[in-house]
Amino acid sequence: MLRFLLGRLAILIPTFLGVSLIAFSFIRMLPGDPVMLMSGERVMSEERHAAIMHDLGLDRPMPVQYLNYLTDVLSGDLGTSIVTKRPVLGEFLSLFPATLELSLCAIILAVVLGVPAGVFAAVKRGTWFDQSIMGVALVGYSMPIFWWGLLLIIFFSGYLQWTPVSGRISLMYFFPPVTGFMLIDSLLSGQPGAFRSAFSYLILPTIVLGTIPLAVIARQTRSAMLEVLGEDYVRTARSKGLSPLRVVGVHALRNALIPVITTIGLQVGVLLAGAILTETIFSWPGIGKWMVDAVFKRDYAVVQGGLLLIAGVIMLVNLAVDITYGFINPRIRH
Amino acid sequence: MALLEIQNLTVEFQTASGLFRAVDNVSLTCDRGEILSIVGESGSGKSVSMLALMGLLPWTAKITADRLAFDGKDLIGLSPRQRRNIIGKDMAMIFQEPMSSLNPCFTVGFQLGETLRIHMGMNRAQRRERSIELLKLVGIPAPEERLSNFPHQMSGGMSQRVMIAMALACNPKLLIADEPTTALDVTIQAQILDLLVRLQKENGMALVLITHDMGVVAETAHRVQVQYAGQKVEEQPVGQLFADPHHPYTAALLAALPERAVAGEKLPSIAGVVPGQHDRPTGCLFAPRCAFVQPDCHQGARRQGRELGEALCNYPLVKGVPLDHPAFAVKEGA
Ligand SMILES: Nc1ncnc2c1ncn2[C@@H]1O[C@H](COP(=O)(O)OP(=O)(O)O)[C@@H](O)[C@H]1O
Ligand code: SF4
Ligand SMILES: [Mg+2]
Repeated sequence: MLRFLLGRLAILIPTFLGVSLIAFSFIRMLPGDPVMLMSGERVMSEERHAAIMHDLGLDRPMPVQYLNYLTDVLSGDLGTSIVTKRPVLGEFLSLFPATLELSLCAIILAVVLGVPAGVFAAVKRGTWFDQSIMGVALVGYSMPIFWWGLLLIIFFSGYLQWTPVSGRISLMYFFPPVTGFMLIDSLLSGQPGAFRSAFSYLILPTIVLGTIPLAVIARQTRSAMLEVLGEDYVRTARSKGLSPLRVVGVHALRNALIPVITTIGLQVGVLLAGAILTETIFSWPGIGKWMVDAVFKRDYAVVQGGLLLIAGVIMLVNLAVDITYGFINPRIRH
Repeated sequence: MALLEIQNLTVEFQTASGLFRAVDNVSLTCDRGEILSIVGESGSGKSVSMLALMGLLPWTAKITADRLAFDGKDLIGLSPRQRRNIIGKDMAMIFQEPMSSLNPCFTVGFQLGETLRIHMGMNRAQRRERSIELLKLVGIPAPEERLSNFPHQMSGGMSQRVMIAMALACNPKLLIADEPTTALDVTIQAQILDLLVRLQKENGMALVLITHDMGVVAETAHRVQVQYAGQKVEEQPVGQLFADPHHPYTAALLAALPERAVAGEKLPSIAGVVPGQHDRPTGCLFAPRCAFVQPDCHQGARRQGRELGEALCNYPLVKGVPLDHPAFAVKEGA
């Protein structure tokens, strides 16, 4: 187990270097520079433009800029936003809880619905139930997030007026963030109706973000379950006179979960990518929206630092998944 | 009254190319304290008939029987729940592949204890005590430590011992052992057979031992039922069967025993294979491989009486000579 973990940690170093290089060069490939975009419509003289670029260190050769950046990062400094002049890490940390809350809700929705749906589809394979679940999953899997989000907004917010459209909570409520999770903070604030409001703001983004992982998890659970149900040890479990619920829910599911956990881990990347779109649609103040804004403003420091931090989060989650995997699969543990 | 009484059991599988009859009107009885051996080459429907009795076949199997009685109860009329109260408790089964028959995700202690909890309602301490007792009974050294082992930490022989311990957990009246030694090393095979015979004697339980090995039959069985291509072709007490086999198939199986080979001569084996779904002949199913086949055999085979081992054959052997066979009649007459 320890060797397994060390092996995983060793892979992090080249991954980290790769991500930093991609983040660094990607944003510089876009036309325009931050100074030009900051000046906007106002006309700026050549000299002034060059002077600001020099102040920001953006006039030096690319390799030098990259090496400077790398040394800063390694000493723990992710730089400051060119636009807001605040540290990138600080901005990230203040916005990340919003994204985390949304992503957690989405993955919980996906697991809570996807695993049972996949199990039932496998147990009832070939029936109309199985076929309809898998049909819905296929549609969900190929749903374009932007379009799906707009569709839900038009129907539930526009037509039915059930849910709000943008933000995390009604402007009526204000309380200082404690955990950064609006659901928890609204409860802690003790303000009547605050939790309800936070919850209603969360519903649509959660559904939009959770749809693809839900479809993927349902399909993966079904196929893992189908394979496991044909195994000898499932027959042994039935030969002991156990109830079908126990045979499927304990003996088969425990084995089927091993590949499903891996799938759930892989969804984290999908989830963060989806969060960027979802947050933009719902004006959700998280790191997805933050990154999109930074790209439009050519805020090099934010884009570089943000991508690096997001990559770090994904790698951490994958590590956590690997550890869980080791716990759930005794053949790896020993 | 016999402990187990099966009359005219038929099992048909729905397959892509139509119905396939894997078990064809098989009748079978087993008394308390008796060892009945079911013998036949692979594909003879031995496993399927016993899995049908246990209720472990997949839904594609259509099972019919005139009578399926165990311990005075007809299993056909029972609800699934009533049936689950019997299997794993009074009627237990072990399988050919011990390594894949144990659930890789759970410890030996968990898998043993589960049966004890479900059928005997034992608490944790009682389960532990009984589990250790059972592991000792099947000859596993250091049973306390084994309880926390996972299946991948055990050899095939050890796994089969655990399977036997699990099957014996509730002192069953009947144990079905489906080729329990086929997948094991030769040295381990004898140990496991000895163990089964010893436990059978000590507990006074009935044992149905499925095998394709006449050598195993000779060492263990009291009575033998020979099956071929889903049909019962002969049944005799073991001594009589070895002394005077009545069905040509039985005689051929015995002739293939290494002990019976004439020194220096090549071991005779039966040419051809058991017919499957697509090459099932009409009339006597053994006809394509039978040395005594006559034209009327392609019309069908007659069931002989008790005195001829209920052989399903038109020309049953008596002391190696086919009764009323034209070729042999001529010889005798001359
Ligand atoms: N689930 C199934 N679906 C279709 N055919 C099956 C199934 N299980 C067994 N069979 C067929 O039934 C026949 C008898 O199988 P089996 O009872 O396992 O033979 P044995 O145990 O005597 O070797 C074989 O031809 C096998 O292919
Ligand atoms: S019926 Fe005929 S073919 Fe079949 S076993 Fe007897 S002699 Fe052989
Ligand atoms: Mg078999």
